[in-house]
Amino acid sequence: MADPAQFTDLTMEFMPSLYTAALRMTRNPSDAEDLVQETYLKAYRAFERFQEGTNLKAWLYRILTNTFINTYRAKKRRPQESDIEDVESLYLYRNLGGLAGSREGRSAEDEVLDHITESEVKEAIEALPEQFRMAVLLGDVEGFSYKEIAEILDVPIGTVMSRLHRGRRALQTRLYEFGRQRGLVAEREGTTHG
Amino acid sequence: MGEGCQEAVELLYHYIDGELTEERRVLIQRHLDDCPPCLEAFDFEVELRVVISQRCRERVPDKLQQRIAEAIAELELSSE
Repeated sequence: MADPAQFTDLTMEFMPSLYTAALRMTRNPSDAEDLVQETYLKAYRAFERFQEGTNLKAWLYRILTNTFINTYRAKKRRPQESDIEDVESLYLYRNLGGLAGSREGRSAEDEVLDHITESEVKEAIEALPEQFRMAVLLGDVEGFSYKEIAEILDVPIGTVMSRLHRGRRALQTRLYEFGRQRGLVAEREGTTHG
Repeated sequence: MGEGCQEAVELLYHYIDGELTEERRVLIQRHLDDCPPCLEAFDFEVELRVVISQRCRERVPDKLQQRIAEAIAELELSSE
């Protein structure tokens, strides 16, 4: 059983990552702030039920995502989001010319990675349909394991893998599009390796 | 693209995520040791992951931090 007196000391370090996730989920700073505050208050009230020695960060994320799903998503009453088109693995890499043969020196792919901006990454994540966005946030931004994500979102591990992998590929198509719009990458006719 | 390459690409994310069994991880590792194109592709995905994770961070607004601290302090008082 966790001691409420320790709550602040133990949980404050997670606020930046919870706020980051909240902002990507709600796509709105004022909703994100409310969501984080509500998460902390719920967590405080439930803290005595937190099993000491288990993953506190995952526990807070579970509260955050549940609160988001129950409150903020319901509020918006958005229609059931459609599926995303699936693309091949290594979409970005292939389209930047990777796997196409040997090259010398620093590659075009690495150049593009250097030039992707913060606002492009944020926009690309926020453009993902919600279920994919949450999987990518938990997996790629926060580094939770498949099992932890399954527990946070309360879905089977197979579902986590499918959302995560497809979300990643969709994210790559968006980043590629940004690169193309900015002239960082040339149009390609396809790849030769693979 | 050889058979080994295809298997490696299929298991790419599981490998990077550290979610493969040890046996399969070693198999992929061996393939990467022998296949520079696959190794480069894997390295790219790893670097992209770092870019995504680092370039979407937010700073918590001071007023939010304060608001939450105050709200918790109030709850603490009311439970005493």
